[in-house]
Amino acid sequence: MEGRLGVRKTYKLFIDGRFPRSESGRTFRYASRDGVVTVQLSEASRKDLRMAVRAARRAYPGWRARSGYNRGQILYRIAEMVEDRAETFIGQLALQATIGSARREVSEAIDLLIWYAGWCDKYQQVIGNMNPVAGPYFNISTPEPMGVVGVVAPGQPALLGLVGALAPVMVSGNAAVLLASSSQAIAAVTFAEAVATADVPPGVVNILTGSSAELAPWMAGHMDINALDLSGVPPESSPTLEEAASHNLKRIGRWDASDRNLNRIAAFTEIKTVWHPKGR
Amino acid sequence: MRSVGPTDEVMVEQRVATLSTRSIKGESKKWALRAAVTMTDLTTLEGMDTVGKVRQLSHKAIRPDPTDPSIPSVAAVCVYPNLVGVVSEVLRGSTVRVAAVSTYFPSGQAPLDMKVSETRRVVADGADEVDMVIDRGAFLSGDYRKVVDEIEAVREAAGDACLKVILETGELGSYDNVRKASMLAMAAGADFIKTSTGKVQPAATLAVTLVMLEAIRDFRAMTGRAVGMKPAGGISTAKQAIKWLVVLNETLGSDWMTPDRFRFGASSLLNDLLMQIKWLNTGRYQSADYFTKA
Repeated sequence: MEGRLGVRKTYKLFIDGRFPRSESGRTFRYASRDGVVTVQLSEASRKDLRMAVRAARRAYPGWRARSGYNRGQILYRIAEMVEDRAETFIGQLALQATIGSARREVSEAIDLLIWYAGWCDKYQQVIGNMNPVAGPYFNISTPEPMGVVGVVAPGQPALLGLVGALAPVMVSGNAAVLLASSSQAIAAVTFAEAVATADVPPGVVNILTGSSAELAPWMAGHMDINALDLSGVPPESSPTLEEAASHNLKRIGRWDASDRNLNRIAAFTEIKTVWHPKGR
Repeated sequence: MRSVGPTDEVMVEQRVATLSTRSIKGESKKWALRAAVTMTDLTTLEGMDTVGKVRQLSHKAIRPDPTDPSIPSVAAVCVYPNLVGVVSEVLRGSTVRVAAVSTYFPSGQAPLDMKVSETRRVVADGADEVDMVIDRGAFLSGDYRKVVDEIEAVREAAGDACLKVILETGELGSYDNVRKASMLAMAAGADFIKTSTGKVQPAATLAVTLVMLEAIRDFRAMTGRAVGMKPAGGISTAKQAIKWLVVLNETLGSDWMTPDRFRFGASSLLNDLLMQIKWLNTGRYQSADYFTKA
């Protein structure tokens, strides 16, 4: 159709299962590598962060109460939704990289989601333990989720860094508030749309685009966040954040974007040990 | 009753909508948060209330935040008649007053002599304040005489105790009725008029509060007597509380910005106030995990 007006997407935040603009009304500019394509995205403020944490705290009990099997199904469903939007992701990632590497990254991100989906009903058996004790008791240690986890995702690779940080947090039943770096912001918004259509309960995943440097200190100081993944924070700003995080003794984890292992799941769990009489 | 006059529904809602947008920041916010703490009637009105819970709540009323002794005590603890003795024992020697709901709260569907004897009993057990309910059935069927007679009888039974009259505005149907009931209650001797029991939705709305505050203003102009206001039910955040204080200040002025003339009936409001105060003091967003439940 000649002369048809373009319908362009408004890139917004993802809080409590909804897509609001930043309450501050701020936006920032995202430019492709060659400078041809520019996009305006919502720039989250600390109040948006506060709302996201509130939503995550509300969503957490329900998410942790789901069976591991059900959480696995839902993570798998996110993979399906990303697969369905693969061409969109490839186009967006290709703004910063070559088509070939963008294509590879999307496939890897989908596979990674499925890998973590599989862990949902298995991590407790593998990390947990039956401890030998002197007495007629079963002594069982089992990992449980910690609560609300703040994630500063590594900016590169854009989609893989985001998925690799978010999925392990969700596996055990934590709720997440994720700060996407400005380099991955477009893919982060599209990923949020995949999450929103994957039966993830509202509030379990919240994704904020904007300046991590501005928001990470508020996240580190927030008393209602139980743990932090600081993988996307440059080493020089880490000590200040860790000091702020110490007020409520937040657990802190940091990994390379390519790390995929059980430790990333275990890091955001707390071990519960129970004694049970076993008779003779 | 004809002299009471009607309310303007559209004006009331427009006015509260305008006042709700007002932004209170910095030192004013700090002042408002502390004032709201001192105006809180810390309330528990549940069938499952126990002596232990009420005792804890009373201690919390005296010192709301154990980690910050600069936080003032609340105005009162409000409980069912059965628990008045427990509360007054804990609160003895403190500035916190004992409030009891009475007159077969929340329905008020009981013969007058039972309401009167219940009121005498809670006052004898140590209640400084009595929160009574009006007979909404009588009010709605136009039997204003009965409503007034009951309030006067309870007023007498309460003696020196402060009498708060609950209108249960959620059941009255219109702002005109709210204004009418406010005037009846004040004329019959109420020290405070109170929106709701907390058992009926909608409970305290900002609009209904404005209607009642204007009734208080007009009653003062007619008779010279100053009556207090207590919104109760549904006010659970500091942000809401500040909106109520704005409407109060704009309608009745600073003379009413005191626990002697304004109270919040609330249970979860106090913790949100404490969390906001701590956030202002530390610059860190707070978690409910670090504040006592009762």
